[in-house]
Amino acid sequence: MTEYAPALKNPPTSPEVGLFATCLVDLMRPSVGFATVKLLEDAGCRVSVPEAQTCCGQPAYNSGDSADARDIAKNVIAVFEGFDYVVAPSGSCAGMISHHYPHLLKDDAAWKARAEALAAKTFELVAFLADVMQADISPPDLGVTATYHDSCSGLRELGIKAQPRALLGKVGGLTLVEGDIPETCCGFGGLFCVKYPDISEKMVDAKADDILATGADLLLAGDLGCLMNMAGRLKGRGASVQARHVAEVLAGMTDQPAIGEADEDTA
Amino acid sequence: METQTRRFKQNAREAMADGQLAQALTRLGEGFPLRRAEAIDRLPEFDQLRDAAKAIKDHTLAHLDLYLEQYESKVKEAGGHVHWCRTGQDAREKILEICRSVNAKTVTKSKSMIGEEIAINDFLEENGVAPIETDLGEYIIQLRKEPPSHIIAPAVHLNKGQVEDTFRKAHTNLDPARNLDDPKSLLEEARVELRDKFLNADVGLTGANFLIAETGTNVLVTNEGNADLTYSLPRVHIVIASLEKVIPTLEDTATVLRVLARSGTGQDITVYTTFCTGPKRPDDLDGPDEYHVILLDNGRTELVGTEFQEMLRCIRCGSCLNHCPVYHAIGGHAYGWVYSGPMGAVLIPGLIGIHEAGDLPNASTLCGKCETVCPMRIPLPKMLRAWRERQYQRKGNSAAARWALGLWAALAKRPKLYRAVTGPLMTALAILGRKRGRFKWLPLAGGWTGPRDLPAPQGDSFIAQYHKGPVGAVVRSKGQ
Repeated sequence: MTEYAPALKNPPTSPEVGLFATCLVDLMRPSVGFATVKLLEDAGCRVSVPEAQTCCGQPAYNSGDSADARDIAKNVIAVFEGFDYVVAPSGSCAGMISHHYPHLLKDDAAWKARAEALAAKTFELVAFLADVMQADISPPDLGVTATYHDSCSGLRELGIKAQPRALLGKVGGLTLVEGDIPETCCGFGGLFCVKYPDISEKMVDAKADDILATGADLLLAGDLGCLMNMAGRLKGRGASVQARHVAEVLAGMTDQPAIGEADEDTA
Repeated sequence: METQTRRFKQNAREAMADGQLAQALTRLGEGFPLRRAEAIDRLPEFDQLRDAAKAIKDHTLAHLDLYLEQYESKVKEAGGHVHWCRTGQDAREKILEICRSVNAKTVTKSKSMIGEEIAINDFLEENGVAPIETDLGEYIIQLRKEPPSHIIAPAVHLNKGQVEDTFRKAHTNLDPARNLDDPKSLLEEARVELRDKFLNADVGLTGANFLIAETGTNVLVTNEGNADLTYSLPRVHIVIASLEKVIPTLEDTATVLRVLARSGTGQDITVYTTFCTGPKRPDDLDGPDEYHVILLDNGRTELVGTEFQEMLRCIRCGSCLNHCPVYHAIGGHAYGWVYSGPMGAVLIPGLIGIHEAGDLPNASTLCGKCETVCPMRIPLPKMLRAWRERQYQRKGNSAAARWALGLWAALAKRPKLYRAVTGPLMTALAILGRKRGRFKWLPLAGGWTGPRDLPAPQGDSFIAQYHKGPVGAVVRSKGQ
């Protein structure tokens, strides 16, 4: 759907990367942020985490509040436009910046070009590692059967499908089992899941059934929103499947309890 | 058809409690997408055809007046009549007037969403003319007095047992002990019941898949041949079509037809594709003596030139419904009006107003699947957002939602305040949730914690830990 080719033909060997942590990673699951830093640094990037970042503005944008979404977008642009690349451990937030900011600011003469420039150098983490850095990662072995969920924005706005699977192929001992509906929305949808909880439940139940049918012990995805939704439902149903952000596995940082689990669950 | 869009949430809840419906929707969700994928695999140039089809419709919409006038003059040349109707009421009255002019008692109908849109069946019945649906699915739901739940598979919400019950109740003239166990026997019975009705109808009323401006032709696609019999047998034929159905040429129509069935039912082409041009000519063996076209606006022209114009490219293939996880969860009736699924969620507010259909554009995760399968490349998620924007501007969403969003936006615009507020909150939640790692229930998070647990945060925020250094280093070192 979208062209998502690397922005620079000859990327700098040690690019300066601004990490857009996303509000969910920042607030709910810092371990994904640290895993992201590790992966980027191991790939040869110089990583900065600007303190002035908050949220990409998607809640406002998807709720029809374009004025606030524009203000938030301008903040993100101002904070991040100085980097060679901007990377987010989320297809949804990376898609917001690279796909929707130019549309949001298309009528603003002063900001349009800046939005487009930022859009061109903003990437989702796994796609950045695979496509731009062509990173040769060597994650530690992890004896586990895992299944992967393709989050909607990453898949359809950014074309992320092969990259996570290729990188997960480098994890020794990890067997990837595909579900029947890996590309079907889990029913998170930002505010959709709280505005229409029963429809969302029906959708996440279909996903939970599909995940359980794979027999996998671990659910992986590239977006924390989807993961919190699916993990929350799986745990609510008493299932033992663990859920983690793909970055944690690729960085070998799986010592933190899985999403929605306490220390004793993993013991 | 009376709109039930305001009851969306309740409709959806009721639909999801219906186990039989859930089974039917699962069948639909597995069947149509698979067949579409197979049909597209057989046609490597499918995406180029989509681009060509989109370009044809974009061009037509940019010159809509021109092509409609050309179409009208060609229909007249062929001996037909064209009636321009601005509203559903205008169209209903015109149709009744034509029926009365020939003293019609019965009208056979072939599937037409526009007919549903203007509730023509109820209107004709109230005025002493009996409408008879001839598409099998439409016939079944007519007997059950239900609206269609899908634009190309109107009775997809029903199973075989329900159809059997319906036929036993309706066809009381037949042997009660007859066998109706298999789909074939049901089909046979409907064929026999409909045969006389086809032959004896005074007027035939069909929709239009396309109106060809170059020739004044109405194009109808069916899998049952019922449109052909509706057109060719009665003495009078009425076509009812909305303005955006017009296509410039026969050649263009061929292009769009190639993406239609493949997208919807996964067929290369439908079993019947019929081109009707005007009434019977002197040497024709079959065909109507009178040929009327009702050209209905009903709100379409108000979409032209707006951010919703692209919706008028829709060719009603049903693909977005077939692939929509929300439609799969709730079915078509929940949307509360003629159209449903993603295309309905965009079109319905356009036709009846966002104040009437406020839930529809919101009840989507914007997952984007609909756009990827739309043969006409209609940017459905973008237009769902556009409706939300209009709704927000009119303050049409709830006060609580506006308040919560406003609070979040206020924080997101002030990074220091954002950190000052979210930091302690996450720390507190992390401490509260440490024992279980998740919450079964939290105040103000009922929407989330109803169906699922809420994972607890890990502790201090990532950015705070990262910039504090030592703590961040400790967490980081765990992975090294």
